[in-house]
Amino acid sequence: MSDRMTIHLSVWRQAGPESSGAFENYTVNDVNEHMSFLEVLDVLNETLIRKGELPVEFDHDCREGICGACGVVINGVAHGPQKRTASCQLHMRQFKDGDTIVVEPWRADAFPIIRDLVVDRSAFDRIIEAGGYVSVSTGNAPDANAVLVPKDDVDRAFDYASCIGCGACVAACPNASASLFTASKIGHLALLPQGDPERSHRVVAMVDQMQKEGFGDCSNHAECEAVCPKGISISSIALMRREYMKSLVSSGG
Amino acid sequence: MYVHCALERSPGCHHNTNFGFVHPHSAEMTQSRSKLRSLFSSQVGKKLLTGITGLALVVFVLEHMLGNLQFLAGDDAYNAYAHFLVGLGPALWVVEVILLVFLLMHIALGIKIWMGSRRARTSRYRKSKSAGEPSRQTLSSRSMLVTGLVIGIFLVIHLASFKYGAYYETTIDGTVMRDLARLMRQKFHDPAYAFGYPAVVLLLAVHLRHGIWSAFQSLGAMRPSISRPVYTLGGLLGLGIAVGFLIVPIAIFFDWV
Ligand code: FES
Repeated sequence: MSDRMTIHLSVWRQAGPESSGAFENYTVNDVNEHMSFLEVLDVLNETLIRKGELPVEFDHDCREGICGACGVVINGVAHGPQKRTASCQLHMRQFKDGDTIVVEPWRADAFPIIRDLVVDRSAFDRIIEAGGYVSVSTGNAPDANAVLVPKDDVDRAFDYASCIGCGACVAACPNASASLFTASKIGHLALLPQGDPERSHRVVAMVDQMQKEGFGDCSNHAECEAVCPKGISISSIALMRREYMKSLVSSGG
Repeated sequence: MYVHCALERSPGCHHNTNFGFVHPHSAEMTQSRSKLRSLFSSQVGKKLLTGITGLALVVFVLEHMLGNLQFLAGDDAYNAYAHFLVGLGPALWVVEVILLVFLLMHIALGIKIWMGSRRARTSRYRKSKSAGEPSRQTLSSRSMLVTGLVIGIFLVIHLASFKYGAYYETTIDGTVMRDLARLMRQKFHDPAYAFGYPAVVLLLAVHLRHGIWSAFQSLGAMRPSISRPVYTLGGLLGLGIAVGFLIVPIAIFFDWV
């Protein structure tokens, strides 16, 4: 593969939340195969700025796949063709010279578009908020090994806790459901003794909030797991459902 | 219990709820009402009910398929089996009413879920495709509403053709009973039915390929280690049911029985 490529981009441009958007076509020359996908957008933006045009807005922060700020739909797949990879960690070696890449924002009514490829994901924050607090003992910090947790539970809790809240699950879901995100957050705390006192209330509040935000229902397509940059299993969604049912039958509410 | 300890503020009480200020009886009533509402309208409850009703309907179609195979043992055996079922009387009616309620719930929830998902994404992607394994997004999973509705419409025609269809009589061992076998032979020689029926049965297999696995995931009975086998077995069961339903009509159509 040559290390200098020409890449054609078809990018969604939308001036603001109320404006109607459209695709614009751009060509970026001299793309190095070691560049990240977002770096190609950087190069494009520098050219646009030099020409006096508005750059393409997109979200990003860490650029190392850990913060969850980035995320666009690349050729019809959230975060693009490479599994378990956030958009910022996708490299141009995944593409060929002359490729046309269609770049779209996450599309879900619960994630309104702010501009171009940037969407408002504060619905996720409100789901987290609905989860409420976690009781902890006050006083000196306890020893790290004071609370014993079975190894299997720790491993699963950690897998669920690795959710970076990017929203790819919603973007990829044919129903725009936020089940994988919500379930990861619920599963992470449901498996640990920390947060146990509130677990019954938490699951109901978070599930209700996800519905209030206008996310769709889950139809078990499991597309979310396939695009999740952390590969979080939909077993979390099964766990969330068990937790929810337990909460309904328990008298504690 | 929690009301008691919240009022007393006993040191051993870990519950920090506001229920102490609510009359316990009314609190309980509100709670059970809202629980019922949760079951029918929450995203988890809807899936739970869809899964339970779906699995019950799978058990029914499986039984129905096995019953149909009695036809291969001869017309008399088939008529006697049908006569036995009808003879169950009230027990059968109870089952029929439950099945009808489950079916209507299953359809209503399916439509509700589909409408919710349409509302959740009003602007479509220009390009959208599955990312592949471990996604379970297939033509089957995407067409649940369509296959389900076709099966539902077929069901009305099917009941009108058989259960409420032409009533022939036959006498077996001195007992007068309905000659359902004759009606079967007649219907499956009619090209419209002979070809329409297999098409719907295949759609049922497509519906069950996603449906059976999905029901277990909806009931929370899924772990990564069993996900793949359950998916495969669910698909095979759906296919097996379809094949079972196809044997008798094909045999009748080609005059093998
Ligand atoms: S920018 Fe932080 S995960 Fe991509």
